[in-house]
Amino acid sequence: MWAFLSSQPVQTALIVGTCAALVSALIGVFTVLRGNAFAGHALADVSSAGGAASFLLGISPLLGFLGMAWIAAFGMEFLGVRKARERDLATGVVLGAGLGLSALFLYLDVTTTSTTGATVSVMFGSLFAISRGLIWPAILAVLAVFALVGGFYRPLILTAVDPDLATLRGVSPRWMGLLQLLVLGLAVAVCALAIGAVLATALLIGPAGAAIRLSRRPLQAIVWAMLMALAAVWMGIWMAYESYYWFSGNAWPVSFFVVALIFLFYLLAMLGSAQQRKFRYRAATALPGIQES
Amino acid sequence: MTNQRAILAVADLSVDLGGRSILRDVSFDLHPGQLCALIGENGAGKTTLLRTLLGLISQRTGTVMIDGEAPRKHRALVGYVPQKITFDPDLPLRTRDLVRLGLDGHRLGLPLWNTRTHAAVDAALQAVGAEDFADRRVGELSGGQQQRAVIAHALVRKPRLLILDEPLANLDFGSANALVDLLGKLIAQQQMTVLVTAHDMNPLIPVMDRLVYLVDGRAATGKVAEVVQPEVLSKLYGYPVSVLRHGGRILVLPDAPENADVANLNRCAGH
Repeated sequence: MWAFLSSQPVQTALIVGTCAALVSALIGVFTVLRGNAFAGHALADVSSAGGAASFLLGISPLLGFLGMAWIAAFGMEFLGVRKARERDLATGVVLGAGLGLSALFLYLDVTTTSTTGATVSVMFGSLFAISRGLIWPAILAVLAVFALVGGFYRPLILTAVDPDLATLRGVSPRWMGLLQLLVLGLAVAVCALAIGAVLATALLIGPAGAAIRLSRRPLQAIVWAMLMALAAVWMGIWMAYESYYWFSGNAWPVSFFVVALIFLFYLLAMLGSAQQRKFRYRAATALPGIQES
Repeated sequence: MTNQRAILAVADLSVDLGGRSILRDVSFDLHPGQLCALIGENGAGKTTLLRTLLGLISQRTGTVMIDGEAPRKHRALVGYVPQKITFDPDLPLRTRDLVRLGLDGHRLGLPLWNTRTHAAVDAALQAVGAEDFADRRVGELSGGQQQRAVIAHALVRKPRLLILDEPLANLDFGSANALVDLLGKLIAQQQMTVLVTAHDMNPLIPVMDRLVYLVDGRAATGKVAEVVQPEVLSKLYGYPVSVLRHGGRILVLPDAPENADVANLNRCAGH
């Protein structure tokens, strides 16, 4: 264990992984509540183009992911979000265009620079290979996400519950939607850095989706989501580190373990909430007086 | 009561949506402690009228005054219960949380626990009889219970005017009667003023003071006895109708074509 914790790549991985787990769980709950999971996924995928471009431009990959995620967020907002069907359409179109750019940039990375493994690290992440210089930017992004979501916590929840009720309280659903996409962009950038742009969705949607099934209050859902995301990331890092010994020198990627654990947690939460519901149903039918529901 | 200032004053209101005229010259007043029913069939313009009153739609001409001011300035005075909100069964939100959002959902910062908020939320839950399901998720409640939860959400800020859009649709007879009782109680105990839309006026007859009868964007307003008259409604429909009264119930029926006054029909067809 000591060898594990004293390794510098492991330390960096743990810090950046923790950042990714916290922001994704937090904004993930709002994303799932608003039925925006597809937009979240698209934002993450499109951000890969930014990650790929960062190698060409020689800038920080975090900035690359963030810039592209924000451009995509504005693009989706701009292309129309009135109806659910239009929103999916706009999201799909932006997603396609973004991945096309990503294909171009990744090709250029390999042919014009001496970058090897760019494709894998942008798309699927390489948590053990993150430079230490990215720790502070990642922490700053986390603080920004927490400040924004904390500040607008109640308007965001109210908008997620019903946009009309929000409007009547003087909250603009449009501004809240934009704010949510911008914060989502920050979270996606940190996640993409940690486990890759394509897999960021897993961290964003998985723990939040599972937590929502287990909770009766928004704050409770956020806490559950954070616990699950942290458990998946920490255990995933440890398992990837240990897998070097399990598979005689061929360590498996961290991202695989993290995503596999999230999937496992989600399945457990589904089973748990089904049990809970069955129990509640029995309780409701056993007691006269609550029967009218 | 009539010498008090009207809580809601609508004068010559006309509203267009997407180039189509939805409301034409609608006028009525509502005074504190009254219940007004806004009756009309689907597409008559009820929801458009409500949304204009709430300041969500702008009118083409005419004025809406809530306690003497434009609706946007007086959001806190108005509680609104939309026709149907679909709550996802998985939504992690208790009835209590939904009600609290009615009080401070627009505020910045995290919701901290405090006694005053708690008391206001409890009072609103109690006013609608929602104590029993206060700690259950809204998504798993019955339709009638969800409606009570949303009414409590609207009531928690102690509005003076409560507006409900089709609250009786989707309710069985028993729940509908319970809701009408609840509205009567709110008016009696909290001096609330209530505006309710419905396509059938009958369940509301015992409690309503005023009636706005909406047909194709135009309205006849006044007391039930004044408005629900064959002459008034025939003119509004542009077609001769009869009004049948039986055991406190009212039925408005179109006359059979052979009885229809053809001259009257032709005259009204040009509206």
